[in-house]
Amino acid sequence: MIEKQFKTITFTLNGKQVTTSVDMRESLSDMLRNDFGLTSVKKGCEVGECGACTVLVNGEVFASCIFLAIWADGKDVLTVEGLVDVDGTISDIQQAFIDETAVQCGFCTPGFIMSAEHLLRTGKRYTRDELRKELAGNMCRCTGYHNIINAVEKAMNARLAKKAGKE
Amino acid sequence: MYDINKIYEANSVEDAVRLRMEEPQARIIAGGSDLLISIRAGDLAGCDLISIYTIDELRGVSLDDDGTIRIGSLTSFAAVTKNEIIQKYVRVLGEAADKVGGPQIRNIGTIGGNTCNGVTSADTASTLMAYDAIIELTGSEGKRLVPIEEFYLRAKRVDIHPDEIQTAILIRPESYRGYEGFYYKYAMRGAMDIATSGCSANVKLSEDKKTIVDARICYGVAGPIPMRTRSAEQAVKGLPVSKEIVEAFAAGALQDVNPRTSWRATKEFRLHIQGELARRCLTESINRAGGIWS
Ligand SMILES: Cc1cc2nc3c(=O)[nH]c(=O)nc-3n(C[C@H](O)[C@H](O)[C@H](O)COP(=O)(O)OP(=O)(O)OC[C@H]3O[C@@H](n4cnc5c(N)ncnc54)[C@H](O)[C@@H]3O)c2cc1C
Ligand code: FES
Ligand code: FES
Repeated sequence: MIEKQFKTITFTLNGKQVTTSVDMRESLSDMLRNDFGLTSVKKGCEVGECGACTVLVNGEVFASCIFLAIWADGKDVLTVEGLVDVDGTISDIQQAFIDETAVQCGFCTPGFIMSAEHLLRTGKRYTRDELRKELAGNMCRCTGYHNIINAVEKAMNARLAKKAGKE
Repeated sequence: MYDINKIYEANSVEDAVRLRMEEPQARIIAGGSDLLISIRAGDLAGCDLISIYTIDELRGVSLDDDGTIRIGSLTSFAAVTKNEIIQKYVRVLGEAADKVGGPQIRNIGTIGGNTCNGVTSADTASTLMAYDAIIELTGSEGKRLVPIEEFYLRAKRVDIHPDEIQTAILIRPESYRGYEGFYYKYAMRGAMDIATSGCSANVKLSEDKKTIVDARICYGVAGPIPMRTRSAEQAVKGLPVSKEIVEAFAAGALQDVNPRTSWRATKEFRLHIQGELARRCLTESINRAGGIWS
């Protein structure tokens, strides 16, 4: 019989500081789904291949299925739930996925949204080829990617235009 | 949930060395992008781990006083690619790191893990070997430096003593100053794929850019571990930059390589692309170095 090992960790989750006791064998996706009910974090392959479990850790994209939960201690973790306003309004990138029909079964969508959110936050303008490279760690078995790239490009252009308008 | 028996967390290099001695059965986990996959597959189920992932002193790239480039073993692929020192002095290494997996893997995977796994297809390994990198290991008696060619023992086996961890990868100034290199990853897909074969070459040219002063080449998946091909290197040293020497280089490389047939590709196909990779990598390295063709 394996004796269970727990660790108390404190981290920022979708903007709020949280403290929890995790089983040291849990992945970050296990913890986010089971302990925090954040089911936008999908488990597609659980071996780092598909990107469905993508979250931002300190602003960078990580496959949460191959990231140990204990490593989140002291870090800043963001999931799709954290993009939604308190009143339930969804973010520009989520809306762009709807508008561009970039969603079919939807299983890959939260992972794509987080990878896209990271790109939008850099404030850089990416070409379509660059977007393809930056989204290569996310697999979609339904859409054929075309509409996904359209959605990300649209949200990127809108954010860049907004920023330029403010300056 | 991973099928892990116990996890020990090291907060410093000394901590890791102490844990290595206290828990000899435990494996080091850095980014885990090899190890966690093996645990998931059941190959290492029930193992004990020593996590070094949070030892931040092992992250980053710096330049020592003597010009040696020091890459902390926990530096991620993405951090290697973004680093200014790498971009300035060994850009081919940053480019090779950028060929790994996809963005998520490049953030979690470490350059230390890419060498300690002893894997022939590891995307940064061939470039490190082509630059005569030195592996720094730290154990109970201090630091030990091992040339990367000696670090690889056989497939999936590297020279790390039971009390040691890899702490840095060093590139000496004489190994990079004046050199320009190029890495070609040949794989079936443009991303998220393991190399069918990879090749990293680099050259140093004479002042007038017309003669090869030195050339180095290393393959991934040409044998059980990354492989330098000396016959190719010897075939072009001291010769004028020309189409003929590119052919001589490829012919030399094919004398040394020994790929095998696997589900990814046959031996014959690998030999074919390995000749072609030698040509392309040498040509591109010469062009990057400003070579004047005769
Ligand atoms: C989806 C996916 C795609 C991938 N694509 C590629 C690819 O395209 N190219 C490629 O080269 N690799 C690829 N990999 C493999 C992997 O990402 C790399 O080999 C990576 O460098 C491993 O580093 P890590 O820190 O995650 O290793 P870990 O899994 O933590 O460790 C790997 C091995 O090295 C040992 N180790 C690690 N660090 C140290 C240290 N400092 N001291 C002593 N021992 C140590 C560990 O004990 C273990 O045996 C891929 C992996 C996945 C999951
Ligand atoms: S579930 Fe994490 S990458 Fe597939
Ligand atoms: S919409 Fe079904 S996997 Fe992408």
